[in-house]
Amino acid sequence: MRQAPLSPQTTVALPVLGAASILLAWQYILPLLGVPAYIVPTPTAIFGVFQKNFSLLMDNLRPTLIEALAGFVIGNLAAVLLAVLFVHSRVLQAAYFPIVLFFNTIPILALSPIIILIFGLGMTPKIVIAAVICFFPTLVNMIRGLDSASGNEHELFRVLSATRSEIFWGLRLPRALPMLFSSLRIASATAVIGAIVGEWIGSDKGLGALIIQATFNYQSDRLYAAIILSSSLSIALFCLVVLVERRIIRY
Amino acid sequence: MPSAIEARQLDVGYGGRQAAVKVLAGLDLTVAAGSFLSILGPSGCGKSTLLRVVADLLDPLGGTIRVLGETPHAVRSRRDVGFVFQDSTLLPWRTVRDNVRLPLGVGLRSLTRKIEDRSTELLELMGLGALSERLPHQLSGGQRQRVAIARALLGEPKLLLMDEPFGALDEITRDRLNDELLALWRRSGTTILFVTHSIAEAAYLGERVIVLAANPGRVVKDLDMRPLKQEGNRCKREDAAMVAAMADLRVALERAS
Repeated sequence: MRQAPLSPQTTVALPVLGAASILLAWQYILPLLGVPAYIVPTPTAIFGVFQKNFSLLMDNLRPTLIEALAGFVIGNLAAVLLAVLFVHSRVLQAAYFPIVLFFNTIPILALSPIIILIFGLGMTPKIVIAAVICFFPTLVNMIRGLDSASGNEHELFRVLSATRSEIFWGLRLPRALPMLFSSLRIASATAVIGAIVGEWIGSDKGLGALIIQATFNYQSDRLYAAIILSSSLSIALFCLVVLVERRIIRY
Repeated sequence: MPSAIEARQLDVGYGGRQAAVKVLAGLDLTVAAGSFLSILGPSGCGKSTLLRVVADLLDPLGGTIRVLGETPHAVRSRRDVGFVFQDSTLLPWRTVRDNVRLPLGVGLRSLTRKIEDRSTELLELMGLGALSERLPHQLSGGQRQRVAIARALLGEPKLLLMDEPFGALDEITRDRLNDELLALWRRSGTTILFVTHSIAEAAYLGERVIVLAANPGRVVKDLDMRPLKQEGNRCKREDAAMVAAMADLRVALERAS
């Protein structure tokens, strides 16, 4: 039998209750089971880190935020521009798309040391890693999106004697926007992952560095706080993308 | 009357001149300017292909075609051709009004004449005045086709090509749009080529109906409807002469299929 749909209030309340039940179990049942605090600290202990070490957390959030944002913008912009180039030149696409595809199969963890070798230890290599990780899904989606207008739509523009640039701005680009935004949503999370991976490999600043330091020093409450902060950063970026998407795509 | 279309021994196909699969072969067709021609035929007989050649969306493999006395390319470049597709082809991100106004925003560089923004007038004419700020997904199928027709008319084409524009609509809506289309045609004097699968629609709308046969496409029946109709291409669907003409067309269509 099909279940009756939930009321709007219940739909909002249930996930909150679900999260609260897990937090309560985590707080009270895990210590009773003998799980030591250096492996899984309690939620209150983690919350305590936010109170005690707020400025430390913020000092490490800032570089990660800048790297992730800059990587997000640069990686996606490069992908969009290359996609535009590819759909306007099948020769370039045939020549270079397989190389991009090959490049994408290199694991980011294997690529990161090379990027750090090239760009040194500052923020630049982290931005590059975040950009690289955002780049490929957006490129693929954008190429598909720019090519997604139907035959009839192209014929309509042709009958109207539209120029190539009018077809691009009036048809191809608006058609591509929904697909662009679905890859931007993915990129909002992967940009943060890229920045953190970069910080793991060579940095003393940022959430990635904080995660590594806290792990080696058995400061698990700090480690968990850094993890929560990095996931919050991804969520905030994701929400920002959704907000912009809702303003732009109304159909 | 001068011809809107003159096709002689027209061959159209896909796959290049050498190994072509011919869709139309040796097609001869003359269409008088200002007339309403219905084109009937089984699927795959090249009805839509013929419209695409006239609209310069497809090059013929052989033969000649003149549209309004010139090449299809010259006519299309000047935007003297309007095209209405079966699926309306409205841009989902544009409002009804902005869809109608599309011809004002693109292709103006090749346009020698000036076209006015008659979107308000056309929207009223098509009964869409109250819907002008809606998005296409908020419209019914019939309303969407009205928008597509209004968009085609905004460009003031001398030749209007319609590829099964009412094929996906219910019968009542289709009949109503048939009457609206005839009223528009009488007023504008535009030449209309109307492709349809419906014998009744072809007979009701056309001053002349041609039936194409498939493999390869050619004209197998050419019926002048004017003797059966009153002034201004007016008729009643249930007139005995119309019913007889439809039976005649059905026989031709069955033979062509």
